Amino acid sequence: MTSLIGASVRRKEDPPLLTGRGRYVDDIRLPAMVTMAFVRGQVAHARITAIDTEAARQLPGVLGVWTAADLPGLPFTRSVPGMERPCLATDTVRFVGEPVAVVVATDRYLAADAAELVSVDYEPLPVMATIGDALAPGATPIVPGQASNVVMEMPLSEDDAQVQIDAAPRRSSLRIVNQRLAPVPIEPIGCVADWTADGLTLWATLQAPHPVRNELCVMFGLSQQQVRVVAPDVGGAFGAKASFYPEYILTSELSRRLGRPVKFVETRSESMVSMTHGRGQVQDIVAGYDEDGKLLALQVKIIQDCGAWPDPTGSGLPILTSFMSGGCYKIPKIGASFRGVTTNTTPISAYRGAGRPEAAYLIERMMDVIADDLGMDPAQVRQRNFIQPEEMPYSTQFPVVTYDESDYPRLQRMLLDKLDYPALREEQQRRRGTPGARPLGVGTSVFVEMGGFGPSAFFEQFGYVGGWESAKVRMNPDGSLTLSVGTSPHGQGHETAFAQVAVDALGGIVPMEKITVVHGDTAAVQEGIGTMGSRAMAVAGPAVQQASSQLLAKLTQVAAHMLEASPDDIEASDGKLSVKGDPSASVSLADVALTAYKPHKLPAGMELGLEYTHYYEPANMTYPSGAHGCVVEVDTETGKVHILRYVAVDDCGVVVNPLMARGQVQGGVIQGIAQALFEEVRYNEDGQPLTSTLVDYAVPSAPDMPSMETSHLEVRTSGNPLGVKGLGEAGATAAPQAVVNAVVDALSHLGIRTLDMPLTPMKVWRAIQSSEEQSA
Amino acid sequence: MKHDIGLTVNGVATSATVDSRTLLVHLLREQLGLTGTHVGCDSSNCGACTVLLDGEAVKSCTVLAAAADGASLVTVEGLGSEGDLSPVQEGFRQCHGLQCGYCTPGMLIAATSLLLDNPDPAEEEIRSGLEGNLCRCTGYQMIVESVRWAAEHGGAGAVAAAERDGARA
Repeated sequence: MTSLIGASVRRKEDPPLLTGRGRYVDDIRLPAMVTMAFVRGQVAHARITAIDTEAARQLPGVLGVWTAADLPGLPFTRSVPGMERPCLATDTVRFVGEPVAVVVATDRYLAADAAELVSVDYEPLPVMATIGDALAPGATPIVPGQASNVVMEMPLSEDDAQVQIDAAPRRSSLRIVNQRLAPVPIEPIGCVADWTADGLTLWATLQAPHPVRNELCVMFGLSQQQVRVVAPDVGGAFGAKASFYPEYILTSELSRRLGRPVKFVETRSESMVSMTHGRGQVQDIVAGYDEDGKLLALQVKIIQDCGAWPDPTGSGLPILTSFMSGGCYKIPKIGASFRGVTTNTTPISAYRGAGRPEAAYLIERMMDVIADDLGMDPAQVRQRNFIQPEEMPYSTQFPVVTYDESDYPRLQRMLLDKLDYPALREEQQRRRGTPGARPLGVGTSVFVEMGGFGPSAFFEQFGYVGGWESAKVRMNPDGSLTLSVGTSPHGQGHETAFAQVAVDALGGIVPMEKITVVHGDTAAVQEGIGTMGSRAMAVAGPAVQQASSQLLAKLTQVAAHMLEASPDDIEASDGKLSVKGDPSASVSLADVALTAYKPHKLPAGMELGLEYTHYYEPANMTYPSGAHGCVVEVDTETGKVHILRYVAVDDCGVVVNPLMARGQVQGGVIQGIAQALFEEVRYNEDGQPLTSTLVDYAVPSAPDMPSMETSHLEVRTSGNPLGVKGLGEAGATAAPQAVVNAVVDALSHLGIRTLDMPLTPMKVWRAIQSSEEQSA
Repeated sequence: MKHDIGLTVNGVATSATVDSRTLLVHLLREQLGLTGTHVGCDSSNCGACTVLLDGEAVKSCTVLAAAADGASLVTVEGLGSEGDLSPVQEGFRQCHGLQCGYCTPGMLIAATSLLLDNPDPAEEEIRSGLEGNLCRCTGYQMIVESVRWAAEHGGAGAVAAAERDGARA
């Protein structure tokens, strides 16, 4: 049969989503359901001196108002040990948007009215809205029990590589602000909790239902069979729906108290201050190298803005950044360390790429800085340092990081060919010699990131049971197939991609339309971990493959018995099993499936049924890579950057579905371009958010964005039997530095050496103005 | 204050009692059970709530339900069915114009309205025509291709065309 691996199958999930029949959390309506609304802190750091809830309680339709004092013993939300975050501020608010009280009413309008009527009195505390303020001498520690705002400090290498850097013939340093971003899935956070005598059911906007079930059980003292957590259709997540939010605990507790289902759906304005932000690093990078551009040592010092409450995932981001800071290059020595710092801002956690885009950005910016220092072409500096394909798998100095197979030099060559790089350099020179011509710039980004998050010994540090993933295939007596997977999608197309893997592993005996994929429900799916770290295809994919292979072996045995042949002589094809070389000796799949449920028709001792579960534990992470290039021209009058071309060559290993792979790359690239040019979460000095609506926070729309040229180099990974590496985060990891390198390249003749994102017209225009003033 | 209103939704005559402040999107979602129309922001930026009102695309989070008295509405549920997708819906399916699906209903309606205005739009016209609808998943390129596919395979579709004709008659 023709394999479906590599086929642009149209998505199974689309028809309901195209006709308004998706089911997202806010679409769920249960009998007697009531609505919760938050009263949120309006100041960034203050002691709460009084909360007056009386007027709200008197409002018709209001079932109750609760502050922290009204909910003694309420569990803390998911926290770094020793820094437990209460669901409602107890005596202090620490960022604008922190929940102070909750209201429950019969509808969302009344709940909002009641929340408005709650008045909170504050006694101001010093506000530390920036890392600088938080690190100032004498700064008030934000998290109780901490001696300062440095809540974490960790070396990730034996030393800081200063000796090697001092010994290097040449050095360059770079201070990078990788700005704070808002993930902004178009569906905000929401949940519905229904606590009955049988236990608790929570429908929520989640990436990982099983871990949330496990946590709710610990928090409320329930056993795991009593709690059902469901992620229905989820409207985008990008990492932010892997965090645990206080609303999950509060709706559960209030449902228990009220004996009614309780729904909460945040508004966008709430989401912009409540949903975790991403990035937020300040990096001090020093590279030591020789006169030929060969890297000798790299020093990476990261300050991670944690926001007001360190998120367990967010505080680990700089670890991933450090691990990946060497990029695609052989660097003899990396000295890496980080500090996590609390500020009076929204907590920071995972956002598409989670720590790896910050790494790819720093090393790829540094490669261009080195090229500039040496007067070399940036492409050549990269070539001097690439890890070569024959050196892979390649062990970095970080014990958990061993890159799997790829070919970085070839990825770069493919990119430069597609760009017609020499012609662009010529055009750049031509324009520089032409008065009034807009300067042209070319930026490249040859990147590697981590995918396929696992294995268990590594991944359990992030609070998960393990780093494995699971799949269960159940063939029904009519030959159709129900496939359950432990990952939980939010737009990636798991139903289609996993069905393709199953069809392939089953030898094409079952068509796509006879497969239903079940996910995101702890009551319906075997144990699972979840969707994050580009792990679904690389970790759950092999589980689907293995379970399907076991099923095919059983079908073959049953068919062999029915045909009185040896299982070795049976071959599977579309809808039937036949004796090799004798097509007349065949049985339909439906007959085989039915027979498998009739013990009297099976060989003695053969197990009844057609159900196989496989838990797949990866041996290593995967390392998706690629080479992206961006061509820009800059309007020096306005500072506006125009992207003329964006070219992506990706190595995600084997491509399962090219259509969906293209969607993943393009979606990620656009988020990366948006980081480079538009987006930044900003606060004023009082810690008031300046970007708390979509009017102020610049999520790009269609006219803002270019078309992209995408392609793949498929280098199989030896890390899993499918040869897949993952693709969800590659675009966002690759794009920011491709764009920024291009803009800096365009302006380098003006003496501009670096610019921090986002490269807004104002920022670029000012840089051009100040360079002209200096040269005047 | 309560208002008794009458309107046509996806071809069905409907009546409802709404508060003065009830938004059209909440009438659709919570009183009429048409949950295909989504809410993604509170500042009229995202367009997830876009519906056709008398043949024109509007953001239903920015229209009071009472103001829709007497209007004819088409929501995503009215464009086509799973077995009979409109050209725009089919275009999104063929060209992978959706991922998570949350912006999709509004995007489909906006694209339908765009094709009613301009049956043969160029890429730039599609991009500017969809400026009021945010998608965070696709990067827009495959949405543009989806709309082009629809333009070449029947355009806005019969339901939307009839709606626009009816409103202008």
